[in-house]
Amino acid sequence: MAVTLLLISLLAFLAFQFIPGDPVTNLLGSDYTPERAAALRHEMGLDRNVFVRYWDWLTGFVTGDMGESYSYGMTVGQVMEGKGAVTAALSLMAWLLVIAISIPLGITLSRYQGGRLDRVFVAMNQVFMAIPPFFLGILFTYVFGLVLKLFVPGGFVRPEQDFWGFLGYLVFPALAIAIPKAAMVTKLLRSSILGQMGQDYVRTAYSRGNSRWSVLKKHVLRNALLPVVTFVAMTLADIVAGSIVVEQVFALPGLGRLLLASIGNRDYPVVQCIVVIIAFVVVFMNYLADVVTQTIDPRIRLG
Amino acid sequence: MDLRHNKNFTAGAFITGLMVGLILIGMVWTPYDPNAMDGRAKMLAPCARHILGTDNFGRDIYSRVVEGAGATALIAAATVAIGLVAGLIIGGVTGYYGGWLDEVIMRLNDALTAFPSILLALVLIALFGGGKYKIIIALGVLFIPSFARIVRAEVARQKSLDYVASARLMGAGDMRILFLHILPNIVPVLLPSVAIGFNNAVLAEASMSYLGVGVKPPDASLGRMLNEAQGYLMSAPWYAISAGAAIILLVLGFGLLSEGLGGDGHAS
Amino acid sequence: MTKRILALAMAVLMTAALFVGGGQSAFAASGSAADAAGEITVGIASDLDSSLDPHVSSSLAGTREVLFNIYEGLMKPDTQGNLIPAVAESYTVNDTADEYTFTLREGVRFHNGNEVTVGDIVYSLTRAAGLETGEPLMATLAGVKAVEATDDKTVVVTLSAPDAEFIAYTTAAVIPEGSDPADGIIGTGPFKYVSRSPQENVVIERFDDYWGEPARCAKVTFRIIDDGQAMVMALHSGAIDLAAHLDASQAAELSGLNVLEGSMNLVQALYLNNARAPFDDIRVRQALCYAIDKVMVIDLACDGHGTPLGSSMYPAFGRFFDEDLTGYYEPDMAKAMELLAEAGYSSDKPLKFTIAVVEAYTPHMNTAQAVVELLRQTGMVEAEIQPMENATWYSEAYQGRNFDATITGMDASTLTASALLGRFVSDNAKNFIGFASDDYDAAYAAAVSTTDADEQTAKFRECETILTENAANVYIQDLADFVVTQTDIQGYQFYPLYVMDMSTVCRVG
Repeated sequence: MAVTLLLISLLAFLAFQFIPGDPVTNLLGSDYTPERAAALRHEMGLDRNVFVRYWDWLTGFVTGDMGESYSYGMTVGQVMEGKGAVTAALSLMAWLLVIAISIPLGITLSRYQGGRLDRVFVAMNQVFMAIPPFFLGILFTYVFGLVLKLFVPGGFVRPEQDFWGFLGYLVFPALAIAIPKAAMVTKLLRSSILGQMGQDYVRTAYSRGNSRWSVLKKHVLRNALLPVVTFVAMTLADIVAGSIVVEQVFALPGLGRLLLASIGNRDYPVVQCIVVIIAFVVVFMNYLADVVTQTIDPRIRLG
Repeated sequence: MDLRHNKNFTAGAFITGLMVGLILIGMVWTPYDPNAMDGRAKMLAPCARHILGTDNFGRDIYSRVVEGAGATALIAAATVAIGLVAGLIIGGVTGYYGGWLDEVIMRLNDALTAFPSILLALVLIALFGGGKYKIIIALGVLFIPSFARIVRAEVARQKSLDYVASARLMGAGDMRILFLHILPNIVPVLLPSVAIGFNNAVLAEASMSYLGVGVKPPDASLGRMLNEAQGYLMSAPWYAISAGAAIILLVLGFGLLSEGLGGDGHAS
Repeated sequence: MTKRILALAMAVLMTAALFVGGGQSAFAASGSAADAAGEITVGIASDLDSSLDPHVSSSLAGTREVLFNIYEGLMKPDTQGNLIPAVAESYTVNDTADEYTFTLREGVRFHNGNEVTVGDIVYSLTRAAGLETGEPLMATLAGVKAVEATDDKTVVVTLSAPDAEFIAYTTAAVIPEGSDPADGIIGTGPFKYVSRSPQENVVIERFDDYWGEPARCAKVTFRIIDDGQAMVMALHSGAIDLAAHLDASQAAELSGLNVLEGSMNLVQALYLNNARAPFDDIRVRQALCYAIDKVMVIDLACDGHGTPLGSSMYPAFGRFFDEDLTGYYEPDMAKAMELLAEAGYSSDKPLKFTIAVVEAYTPHMNTAQAVVELLRQTGMVEAEIQPMENATWYSEAYQGRNFDATITGMDASTLTASALLGRFVSDNAKNFIGFASDDYDAAYAAAVSTTDADEQTAKFRECETILTENAANVYIQDLADFVVTQTDIQGYQFYPLYVMDMSTVCRVG
């Protein structure tokens, strides 16, 4: 895992070697002269070899010094302050919504398999899975924000100012992210339960006079949830990485927007830090998914 | 499996057929030139002359949606093709030989997967330049790791099977075994991932264009249209809905098709 | 058993409903916070520069327009385009226009409470002009030779060469002696700096000891909303009170609110790289001038709002603006074709070039789309838009001069004609289009060295004419600037510069 993260940070650092423009071009803008640029580059240490700079950054990062932002004149820590919380709150809320929607729905649908309710929901599920989250975000802004006035588009408040207002503003972005994912999980859970229901041990359990609910609870869910748990764990990683676009739609000041802006400003200390954070979440959740899978089903070897 | 009685397959085939049909027709004929502007016909509501209305330049939205959907579908298909071919080669070789090369490439693969795709896309677009054909390469590269991973796992599994051993006994070379014996056997496993890959590619292209990295204006692109349409939600909601619906139909059709074919159809 | 499942589902729904309810209370809460007396939230499209150092951060127009509220110079511009005394009470200039004498206004205080002294002024001008480092922070002050306090009320600035426009450059901010804006933002303006959060907001507060008319609102929060669409939504929903620099279609979308129309005060043009093919050929440049109908472009891209321009000057500059140049190239397709044919192009061998445009600048992007479409209709020109990030544009196009053509807007940071015309002198570092004309250089040199206002006007107009005759660029327009406010916001005033004066804005009723 550490190797992967190291590799990612190196890749991100090298990436800026290929993109035109550097912090200096941006800082000077229309006041640019080659002499001033060279002087500023020297002052900022940008004229050194890229690997030397990477090593500097890495040793700093490991010792907890994330460096100074080029475009804000403050430390990376100060720039990031509060931004991580927004993305974390948004992702977590979306993730919890995925679970809160899909688990009960999946179980209910499997109960009524083949019924009208089931068919309607399964069809709707297909449609929801096909909706890009940012389009759902746009629709929500229109329907709930502008027509029904349930929230104020662009009216984000900081949690320090108004905690419930902050959470309230995140509900619709979180839903926009959660619904397509929840549709996938619902579907996965439903077919997983149905798959288990046909197994011999279920028939045996029924024949002992157990009710449907207790069979479900005691036997089926345990097995049926296995693939779902793995998927749901990986979903969180997906949500974090995918929040960039939705933050843009709802003008949320989170990591994603900061990442886009910092790429634009060629502010690599900030980019570097965000990339490592996002990558860490992704790698960690994937690892966790593997561990969970392995714990529940020892036949699967960690790859 | 009798596909005619498979509702998913039927519905998917219908929707995909409809979209492909409209796109194909759009290649030779659209009601208006998708890029032609008309200063006197801006922001028209859907009407007999413009069935989906017009945009802020007075361009016909239907013509642009069809052109944009075509561009998106083409980009997605080509992206998957690149990802698939490169993934087959990389995944096949690493899965077959294993060893340190496998270790290194799979680490790189992990890193690429966990890398924010927007940054990677920006780098690749900076390398290749923007535009329809360049973004195919950029997105294609993004899609290599997931295919490589699937192929690698499958090849590693297959290579311990009897038929591989007997082929080797008969003196077949590694490359021959890999591409002539193993490959045909993993195609069924790959089919659903191709469909998922296509859908992910559609969404990726739309997101990129929405963020302004992708197809160059004035050429139509569904993501870019959504971005523009967002500003006119109050006065012209049909603009956003038309572009959004086209994305949904493309993804939905393919999702249903792949499900009908036995895959699980959802992105992962 | 199904009941339990249903109950579970209900519980989930109710949790969701609670969340939605939370959203509603958020609405009430944030609404009431914004209503607090005299607090105004302004949407701005881009985050500010790194340091907020008024002497270096002049590159971003968006930064200058916010800093206008915090910092002041010896002089400051007014809404009519005049320069009025600010930290200085008055000034005199000698006959040769190389010595300016300023008298300090009494009772001007910094935001830290200290009174402004001549020492502060000498320090500020010395720092901005780079007299000690030899490297001017502000290019406009490069001509300063010495700054000297003759008594505790008088500062004398001597120039190395006569410059009749120099007074416009003394809008450079006055900061406390020995201070560095990196350590604290202290000016003398009607607002003082409170805080900033990257990509989120910048907060300023009324400065109660301001020497002039105090600001009418107590606090202004500039909220960074970098997406034009999100900006429209935020106005729509009441999340922000005011936003400037909107375009016609955005304004049309907000017709229920107060919509003010002014102009952006910039020269939007298809800037051509005169230094290399194909635009090193004057016939090709002129052909484009004839082929691109500005009025049509403004119609298509800006719903007809905008002022057509014919040279690198816009109407707010009054006497320097030569109206006759706007119609110098009447749209004439036949003539354009003829010139292109002369230059060796035909429909089989069309003129091909790319137009670099910064992706995020919607007005330029829209203009570019209209221009490409109009050129496509000639059948002899294939122009392609090359969208890029701001940083890429700077490094490739502006600084690297590696471009065919670009659509952008050039604005003036000071109220001087040279702010717009200086860059086209052949050896100017900012001459990114590589324009080179001996006549131009001579006319410009004459204009900046004369002390006679009429002659200066005539010479600057000559410069503009040379640019137009040589078709240096395809001039398009001064963009319309729509300022949209909530209906209870009053007092916004337009300036002939790219600034946003919040001191006159207030909430009524």
